[in-house]
Amino acid sequence: MDYATLLQLLDSTLRLGTPLLLACLAGLYSERAGIFDIGLEGKMLMAAMSAGAVAAMTGSVWLGLLAAIAGSMIFAILHGVASITFRGNQLISGVALNFLASGITVLIAQALFGQGGRTPPLTGDGRFNPIVLPFAEALKDVPVLGPLYFEVISGHSILVYAALAFVPMTWWLLYRTRFGLRLRAVGENPASVDTAGVSVKGLRFAAVMITGVLCGVAGAYMATALQAGFGREMTAGRGYIALAALIFAKWRPWQALGATMLFGFFQALALRPDVVEAVVGRKVPVSMLDALPYVLTVLVLAGFVGKAIPPRAGGDPYVKER
Amino acid sequence: MTLMKHLAGAAATLALTAGAALADPAIIFDLGGKFDKSFNEAAFNGAERWKAETGGTYKELEMQDEAQREQALRRLAEAGSNPVVMTGFAFGDVLSKVAPDFPDTKFAIIDVDWLDMPNVTQVAFTEHEGSYLVGMMAALASKTGTVGFIGGMDIPLIRRFGCGYAQGVKAANPDANIVLNMTGTTPSAWNDPVKGSELAKGQKAQGADVIYAAAGGTGVGVLQAAADEGILSIGVDSNQNYLHPGSVLTSMLKRVDNAVYDAFKAGADLTPGVTVMDLKAGGVGYAMDENNAALVSAEMKAAVDAAAEKIMSGEIVVHNYTTDNTCPAATF
Repeated sequence: MDYATLLQLLDSTLRLGTPLLLACLAGLYSERAGIFDIGLEGKMLMAAMSAGAVAAMTGSVWLGLLAAIAGSMIFAILHGVASITFRGNQLISGVALNFLASGITVLIAQALFGQGGRTPPLTGDGRFNPIVLPFAEALKDVPVLGPLYFEVISGHSILVYAALAFVPMTWWLLYRTRFGLRLRAVGENPASVDTAGVSVKGLRFAAVMITGVLCGVAGAYMATALQAGFGREMTAGRGYIALAALIFAKWRPWQALGATMLFGFFQALALRPDVVEAVVGRKVPVSMLDALPYVLTVLVLAGFVGKAIPPRAGGDPYVKER
Repeated sequence: MTLMKHLAGAAATLALTAGAALADPAIIFDLGGKFDKSFNEAAFNGAERWKAETGGTYKELEMQDEAQREQALRRLAEAGSNPVVMTGFAFGDVLSKVAPDFPDTKFAIIDVDWLDMPNVTQVAFTEHEGSYLVGMMAALASKTGTVGFIGGMDIPLIRRFGCGYAQGVKAANPDANIVLNMTGTTPSAWNDPVKGSELAKGQKAQGADVIYAAAGGTGVGVLQAAADEGILSIGVDSNQNYLHPGSVLTSMLKRVDNAVYDAFKAGADLTPGVTVMDLKAGGVGYAMDENNAALVSAEMKAAVDAAAEKIMSGEIVVHNYTTDNTCPAATF
């Protein structure tokens, strides 16, 4: 494998890893606050549909992004009401929302556009177009680092850079602010937070809403940057891979970046069987590469690669008094 | 509220159609969906043409998942639809189970030619011949000498596309390099445009400047990426030239619409057996219209048309992958 091929792979990794990263961070907020969320997939799907539909109708991708966040937030609030207010089972609520999203997105898109649950193809300002970073052209000829900057780091849509910026922001918010401390505490021991006079419900709702915003961005990225419109089930299980990445990252932001980019790299590799063949020296079935993220997650869960301990109060609805 | 109305309306329509017992034809679309802009949409267009010409009505069903196949087929047959048309090889096994239970119902299935039943009509297309023609055109249009092929699910039928394409490419440019990719090994490979886009970008990185997508709904992503990257693409099944004018070099036409139209028109008198729609019968071909007129030069068209003549006269025999599961021009 030569350097140019590696750069292409990394470029592809960044594109494929970004929706995973956004969804993984989204799950991180929710799960750190003690609310398991397997509805990431559904929220992303809803967001992708909203983004595609609104961007197609208005021609503005920014309105599409807002719509995506709004659509995803509706689902986040539903999840919050079911699992925080009514103390329902968080897993069941998440599964239900996934099913709901899978059906309702196609239904709405079909009712609006009549194109079989697809939104019309977006062009021009209806999409997030690639941005060439400053000096990318000028530095292109610098050996080694120049092509890296030009090929891999530059030339993505703004949402990719936003996703990367969310990582330190999340770290700072969780570990350096009072809100973050309380958020983490509410996922470990909500009773102590309650004793300190802070609202458990309020904190958990805040976390679930942040999840909604991030899933919204992830969906918008898929429908308006990676693709030019929404298609049925276009998230294709990325919400679940993000959950696997979250476990792999042991619920920490920087590790989430590493895990999602690793999984993105596997996906990129799976798309280039010729490269794998050249490196390994023999034909590797593509499905094996597709399965790698899950295999790694199972290894982590089995305790082979360190120990993954979820937030202690995760999955338990908080009951103030019995 | 409008949403509730839609839901209620859908439920009411279902209830009505289930009760009626008219000998209307019916069609079941495969997983890519009725509006995949490709294979299933061609079938839909054929059904619509029949409707417009005869003023008749027909029933339709779109598959949502694998598990529905048998149920959907039985339901339409029980409701008295005749004939029942299925788009896609994936119905083959299910049909062989269901057809004997409804001896008075005629079934027509596209892309299948291995069933032997008295009430089943099978329509097979010679995709390798059509793909050969677009392969020639790809090689003639390519400046880098490298062309790409992106298939949907990795099945012999799609390899037949890829193999015919590779033979056409080699016929026009023996030194050409062909990059072959399949999207996946499950039916979801027909509907993953994001993966299609990434595959197309990967092939461009390997030097391909013309990419042929035979991948149903995934192809939409391939064509999109090709347009974004400023390279050429080739559509499949339906005429997809209009999707990105100036970027789609041509489309390999597979006249599924004609097959569906003929089946609907024959109605209950559909004759069982295997129909092969080849180049000669107008079953396959390539698309020319105002969207790609500027991309295809007169020499290219002349060369491809000459090859088409030779295929029809039998002078050129395009190897069919599914006869012996080998391909002389490419390895999968």
